[in-house]
Amino acid sequence: MSQQPNKLTPFFENLNFERDDNTMVINFGPQHPSAHGQLRLVLELDGEQVVKAYPDIGYLHRGIEKMAENMTYNEFLPTTDRLDYIASTANNYAYALAVEKLLGIEAPRRAQVIRTMLLELNRVISHLFFLATHALDVGAMSVFLYAFREREYAMDLMEDYCGARLTHSSVRIGGVPLDLPAGWLENLAAFCDKVDYEVEHTYEALLTENRIWKMRLEDVGVISAEEALSWGCTGPMLRGSGVKYDIRKEEPYELYSELDFDIPVAETCDSYGRYRLYMEEMKQSTRILRQLIPMYKKTEPRLMAHAPQYISAPKEEIMTQNYALMQHFVLVTQGMRPPKGEVYVPTESPKGELGFYIKSEGEPYAYRLKCRAPSFFHTGLLQEILVGTYIADVVTIIGTTNIVFGEVDR
Amino acid sequence: MRKYTPKDNVQGKSYYTDRFWVAPRVPREEVEEGSHFETVVNALGSQVKESYIEVGQLVVHIDASENFAVIKTLRDECGYKQCSEQSAVDYLAQDGEFELFYQLLNHAEAKRVRVVCRIKKGEAIESIVPLYKSANFAEREMYDMFGIKVNNHPFLKRIIMPDDWEGHPLLKTYPLHGDEFASWYEVDKIFGKEYRDIIGPENRDPAKVERYDTKRFSRVGYEVPFGADISEGEKEQAIEYSETILVNYNAGTKQLDERK
Repeated sequence: MSQQPNKLTPFFENLNFERDDNTMVINFGPQHPSAHGQLRLVLELDGEQVVKAYPDIGYLHRGIEKMAENMTYNEFLPTTDRLDYIASTANNYAYALAVEKLLGIEAPRRAQVIRTMLLELNRVISHLFFLATHALDVGAMSVFLYAFREREYAMDLMEDYCGARLTHSSVRIGGVPLDLPAGWLENLAAFCDKVDYEVEHTYEALLTENRIWKMRLEDVGVISAEEALSWGCTGPMLRGSGVKYDIRKEEPYELYSELDFDIPVAETCDSYGRYRLYMEEMKQSTRILRQLIPMYKKTEPRLMAHAPQYISAPKEEIMTQNYALMQHFVLVTQGMRPPKGEVYVPTESPKGELGFYIKSEGEPYAYRLKCRAPSFFHTGLLQEILVGTYIADVVTIIGTTNIVFGEVDR
Repeated sequence: MRKYTPKDNVQGKSYYTDRFWVAPRVPREEVEEGSHFETVVNALGSQVKESYIEVGQLVVHIDASENFAVIKTLRDECGYKQCSEQSAVDYLAQDGEFELFYQLLNHAEAKRVRVVCRIKKGEAIESIVPLYKSANFAEREMYDMFGIKVNNHPFLKRIIMPDDWEGHPLLKTYPLHGDEFASWYEVDKIFGKEYRDIIGPENRDPAKVERYDTKRFSRVGYEVPFGADISEGEKEQAIEYSETILVNYNAGTKQLDERK
């Protein structure tokens, strides 16, 4: 007897859950702990094998693109924290960079060093979170605790810098709001040592040659290079399929063209290869952070770009000079007016290619803002790679795609 | 006389714009001879209506009916193996048109091309899912947000909004706080439309503060007993402090902060 729609059971459950054949339809999520937030995955099962998978998204939709059309450029920046809330500086930065490209300005050197540091620190935070939740999904409870311990240290560093642990808003259009506090660089260096040690002696020692871990991950969720390209996979998902493409290297922004780092690639195309890739990327991030520490000391103290038409003058100028105060007043009350034009700026966020498309009509409000979120396309991929796998592997594959629903639903 | 507010674009607008303000334009560059982008423009031939380079990326304007052929050429002949993004911009108020863009990426050359075309309101566009599977979700999102129909899409269905939603949220005519349908969505669905009068519009406003409600709202500056009726004006309540002092910091002579 099928369920009849009535007023109290809304009809979005209009699926036939009982079939005459041998398949069964189940809802995976949106409250499943392994669904990484708000993923509702409708799976059609034949025994334990998935016959059809249908990812249903939208449970975390807040209309961020709509809000962008109703906020001035500076007002919108803290909203971008809520996209990929695991690595919010990456979103702040991607948005700020897109607006800067539109304005044609560049952040001063010290701001660039700080931004690159924050971006890489965020990559470590995000990758540690990936490792923790992925290992927990697969069944390795202790890795979760160890990884969250190191993530706490990284979040302490973020807290020392900007005061927030999760929603940083630590980047501004045209630079950064604050200089590094005293002793921060020493803490960062200590953190890099800690992460390097823990990656090698804890996570990799626990997992890489672990029989259970290898059995659960090897040859699970295999994505060929053609498939990955066609489905719009970016970041670790693309490099995990053997395509060596990292936006930091190929289309460098900030200081990445001056830094020395490698792009790890996994040729096996499976979940295990992607896990190895994430571990390697964390090591590369600490390598970048170590190179940035001496670079910081050689920079001038200026933190915001000089563009009086778009960006307020430093506080001491506002407080002492009348014209700077007037411009600041106009910028705060009316908002900056970028030139007419459209821009698409890709950046390499921890999840993949995070790009902002901004269409400006010369108004203080963006005419259209489109956020190209990597997780959105990785969620689309699920409908193909889950078919033919077993229900136990579904969790592994969702974990390895590393999707965050803040940016899937936006 | 009341000021007329345009209904075809209800998004945020600047409250003041200088009379003599003319917005500048982001510089557009010509496609350089001998560059990679020139081979792209030559490969597309007469299908290109306009082409220029804006902020380092090639922008190609084409006819909307040729979108599939143009993107197929870009993929097969110019090496653009990935469609990063695909969406639309609403120009219904100005031109009665949508502007669609396809953001393509060539990994070997590390170059990006944006293919731009315009369609009239009510027109459909050909799907590029046979070329790029990533367009599956992107085109569904475009249909959901703008109501643009996509021909030959394998499964054109709302993706982010509920299936039974009315209206397309990213249209310029759609207000930020939602329309009437949006505000009554759950009530209509669970109880039925006749319950709108019983529940009342004030209970659909999440920012509503009941002036005389002493059960759910505290009163700043006044201590009012829980559930007291204050609709007739509230009694002056003397603020009472506790008589028992737990720690009397004033009594001791010990200097807590040694710097002082």
